[in-house]
Amino acid sequence: MTTAALPQATTAGRELPPIAGLGIAALASVIASGIYLAATAGRHQVLGIPIALLVAAGIIVAVAVVLLVRIPEFAWRKFKMVFGWAIVEYAVFAGMLTYVFVLDHVPTSSLVLLIVSLALFAVDIPMMFGFSVARFQPVDTPRREPNE
Amino acid sequence: MSETIIEPTAGVEAPPAVPTGEHTGPPPGAPVVPQFEIVPRVGVAIAVVILALLVGAIASNSLWALDFFHVAGGGLWTGIDLFVGLAIGPILGMMSVQARIEFSTRFMPKMLVIMPTLVIVTLAAGYQLARHLGNLAPDYPHHGWLVASYIVVGVMAVIALGLLEPANLAVLFELKKERPDGERIGRLMRVFVLTAGITGVMQIATLVIMSRLATA
Repeated sequence: MTTAALPQATTAGRELPPIAGLGIAALASVIASGIYLAATAGRHQVLGIPIALLVAAGIIVAVAVVLLVRIPEFAWRKFKMVFGWAIVEYAVFAGMLTYVFVLDHVPTSSLVLLIVSLALFAVDIPMMFGFSVARFQPVDTPRREPNE
Repeated sequence: MSETIIEPTAGVEAPPAVPTGEHTGPPPGAPVVPQFEIVPRVGVAIAVVILALLVGAIASNSLWALDFFHVAGGGLWTGIDLFVGLAIGPILGMMSVQARIEFSTRFMPKMLVIMPTLVIVTLAAGYQLARHLGNLAPDYPHHGWLVASYIVVGVMAVIALGLLEPANLAVLFELKKERPDGERIGRLMRVFVLTAGITGVMQIATLVIMSRLATA
């Protein structure tokens, strides 16, 4: 059972960068790339399309990461906790899918693109999960200098 | 390029900001949040066993095992999505804040383990099954239906991973706070139920495609 406590500062009321929106955009790009690769498997593949989608997703993820780390006061401990466990979960899933692709002798070029997709997934999804939780959590107490 | 976080509001269920005297329990009128694990350990252990069996099915290329994992996983995924979105959701909306909290603390942690496990089991076994049956061959006559299923699953994945799961996690962590914000929980639960409903309706498209492919 919970008990009442002193209120703690949160990021509520502050403007935060659109990490969740960027994460969803990157996710959509990665999935679109995967759909193209799966739909054209065994046929003539124009790899420029999935490469362009993955590059776009990579740029979006990079922008999201930069915007995220620039948030001055945030519940970083909670973010890192959720991010860490989500990474573990998606590492298991990514490992399983990679195992299937390797077992099925997916062509090297497609395999590389699929692994890049899974790597982007492994950053993007935990980042979205961590942000979604941490945005509503009390911000970490800032470290104070001795002379402050 | 910004979004505003809504200021947490003290609804009827919110406890007073400052505790007084020796009071250590929840203040009068505050919702009581039961103890719960965000990620149930027993559920994780069961998921690990299921994933190990899935690896065995894929490694052995057993048609029966692959078919079992794909059909059972897909059926449960579809059924749970439809049931949560179209049956549980409306019921949840009519419950009191206290009842919603009690339901959520028992229901949401289980969903956090069940749904990702079902998704990976269905997709991994389905891919291997399709390869085994020759459905991925370039000359497969119903290739269009297969691509349609990829697109439906892709859209569902974006909704589930981008909106549904983050809302699920945010609710659980809000409930773990010493002073959970009832209004925020209600808002996040609405996102969860709405997205579960959308994916549930999209699952009907999956059912149509898969039953068409299975009988083609």
